[in-house]
Amino acid sequence: MTREYIHLKIKRQDNPDSAPYWEEFKVPYKPNMNVVSVLMEIRKNPVNANGQKTTPVVWECNCLEEVCGACSMRINGVPRQACSALIDKIDKSPIILEPLSKFPVIRDLQIDRQIMFDYLKKVKAWVNVDGSWDLGPGPLFPEKTRQWAYQLSRCMTCGCCLESCPNYNEKSAFIGPQALNQVRLFNAHPIGKMDKEKRLDAIMGPGGITECGNAQNCAKACPKEIPLTVSIADLNKQTVLYGLKRWLYK
Amino acid sequence: MSLFEKNHFFIRKLHSLFGVIPIGLFLLEHLYTNSFANQGPESYNAKVEFLQSLSYVLYIEIFLIILPIIFHGLYGLYVVYIAKNNVLQYNYYRNWAFYLQRVTAVVTLVFVLYHLWALRISSALYGTEVTFASVAEHLSNPWIFAFYVIGLLASTFHFANGLWAFLINWGIAVGVKAQQVFGWITGFIFVILSVMGLQALFAFVA
Repeated sequence: MTREYIHLKIKRQDNPDSAPYWEEFKVPYKPNMNVVSVLMEIRKNPVNANGQKTTPVVWECNCLEEVCGACSMRINGVPRQACSALIDKIDKSPIILEPLSKFPVIRDLQIDRQIMFDYLKKVKAWVNVDGSWDLGPGPLFPEKTRQWAYQLSRCMTCGCCLESCPNYNEKSAFIGPQALNQVRLFNAHPIGKMDKEKRLDAIMGPGGITECGNAQNCAKACPKEIPLTVSIADLNKQTVLYGLKRWLYK
Repeated sequence: MSLFEKNHFFIRKLHSLFGVIPIGLFLLEHLYTNSFANQGPESYNAKVEFLQSLSYVLYIEIFLIILPIIFHGLYGLYVVYIAKNNVLQYNYYRNWAFYLQRVTAVVTLVFVLYHLWALRISSALYGTEVTFASVAEHLSNPWIFAFYVIGLLASTFHFANGLWAFLINWGIAVGVKAQQVFGWITGFIFVILSVMGLQALFAFVA
């Protein structure tokens, strides 16, 4: 949609403890802009829609090609990346920008995503290859597995799945779809497989796989189109079988 | 770690299992028995008498019906509490089903408690007999009848949609397509059970 101005309504917050407030901006239209470049225009000339000088809006971005996840925010209520949100493809005006609601706000649209990396540590989302001697080459990835595993590996820890999940909230200890998806990925890895049960143990307690209520918003929200609900269902199978084994071999 | 946390996985799976076995199976049996009301009072009364004459009937009621319902209901209320519904923001079919699963959980629980009191506990306490005539009288009040219609639809939805979630939670339906097909099948089960239950309800007031 071409227009004279790009009208933005931004939910701002000065520091982690202060109250949020709304501020509107009118940025002169240029073709082929994205939300990041509009925010850059505001940074160049931090004047709000009422013509008052204000502080530039703070946000985070890095790769500018939807692979890093840093610029995730709610754009017209939808969690997505600011870099791949093209202004010409957004019909609504004003464009409403809000920080993701399930993460602590640092300032304005910048949020703290640390907790997702803590979840990855919790579920041991890595492959153990270190030894005190040369372990030699590892087994190869079967091509058939590699094809779907690659899809899972495209996760960029952007937080959109957690943002849209009704069971991921301050009342629940749920670690959410992104970390669970990594468990499936590393449990499929030929070397990662060797620590399969440790990862399953890590997701079978409170806050783990059982917290999923199958609302399936995550798979819809995922910008990388990762079949998160399939990953969760597959882990349900893995944990049920392992749970039985864990109990019967006690 | 508390005993509760230590057995978290087992407790959650038990909650899921109880919804289908035995509670779901009991719902199927119950709706089927009620459908004999379509054939008239004698047929219905005969089935009620048969069920009441089952050996160990009290133990069956306590261990296969009441206790599983109490466990499923109490733990389920916690599951309802923990969700922060967002259907208006994420207006998707599955998200609505997730929300309705929680709404119908509460409606069904209230309905089952009332239904249990009205047609089972009070009859046990005061010795009133449960027959086609007594059920028909109970349902002759339009408010109670309307509540039964709502309660019936809530329970059939909760069962059918819960069965779909069960198939995923036990890792039976894994792929996208399989989940979709089971979605249709359980949707069909919801319709069939609802029609069956409504027919029986109307048979009592016809």
